[in-house]
Amino acid sequence: MAQVPFIIHEQQFNRLKSVIGRLCVECAARAVFLVDRDGQTIAVHGDIGDMDTTSFASLAAGNVAATHSMAKLIGENTFPSVVHEGERDSIFISVIGRSLLVVVFDERSTLGLVKIRAKKASHEVARILDDAADDSKAFSIAQDSVFADISDDDIDSLFA
Amino acid sequence: MTFINYASREINCKIVYYGPGLCGKTTNLQHIYDSTAQEAKGKLISLATETDRTLFFDFMPLELGTVRGFKTRFHLYTVPGQVYYDASRKLILKGVDGVVFVADSQEERMDANVESLYNLEENLSSQGYDLMKLPYVLQLNKRDLPNVIPMEDLTYELQKKGEPVIEAVASTGTGVFDTLKGVAKQVLTELRKS
Repeated sequence: MAQVPFIIHEQQFNRLKSVIGRLCVECAARAVFLVDRDGQTIAVHGDIGDMDTTSFASLAAGNVAATHSMAKLIGENTFPSVVHEGERDSIFISVIGRSLLVVVFDERSTLGLVKIRAKKASHEVARILDDAADDSKAFSIAQDSVFADISDDDIDSLFA
Repeated sequence: MTFINYASREINCKIVYYGPGLCGKTTNLQHIYDSTAQEAKGKLISLATETDRTLFFDFMPLELGTVRGFKTRFHLYTVPGQVYYDASRKLILKGVDGVVFVADSQEERMDANVESLYNLEENLSSQGYDLMKLPYVLQLNKRDLPNVIPMEDLTYELQKKGEPVIEAVASTGTGVFDTLKGVAKQVLTELRKS
């Protein structure tokens, strides 16, 4: 494997949920997502209805990856945030290291409010994700019997 | 990068289908999508041009089942095959856990296969990956067409490291799940070594 897996433990997950839950309330957002830059959803809070959150996360990551490359082409290092404004709903994406904080909001909020609150929350999110990254490096999942004991039969059974 | 969430007990992995233009990468995903139970899959997202050529990527989440109490989720991506979309291909390889190279078996596409495989190695390398160390499967697609190169010759030309080589006709589904199984098995086996 090229890189060690990124592991989120229960306590870190709950801390992240709490931060994005608070952000969602503070900026009157419809929903807040925390997404890995590779497109994996880490945590979600808010009114997601029947939204396809998996696809949403993947497209948000693709969007930021493309924007980041466009920044490089015009001589910018990166665009730390991306905004999409719609008629009713809008999206604000803030890049935090290798993760993205994505806020979906409507006319009950404003871009200014979202930016201010998201900035504050992003510091907390960055701290928790740094902890998780350090733990991931130090933690050998091979020592965890759950993974060390995965047998060929276990894997074959997925395709039975 | 495999993402493991102990709170929700999920393992998330990213598989990328690579290969030259029109080799059948999207057709592989389309067949998996059409043949999978509704509850095991999300939407198939296709960022395509007006002529249905992949512009940025196709994406499909697939839940394979549970291993040792952890749900296994595979995010399947294709890249655009056309040479000039190289910037997009690089982006999609970020965080990859396993690669499927879909080769077009037709004689006249051999140069395109070789060029695309070289491009894969280069783009992986630019992202800090080594193809020789990644879970990897070579699929020889379009085996039903009349002008195909014999399997032994294609394998000799394109096999990089003794990876599984699977004959396929993606349009009918032949070999599609064997290919997915081949790469998924390697990705999960890697978890034992992390």
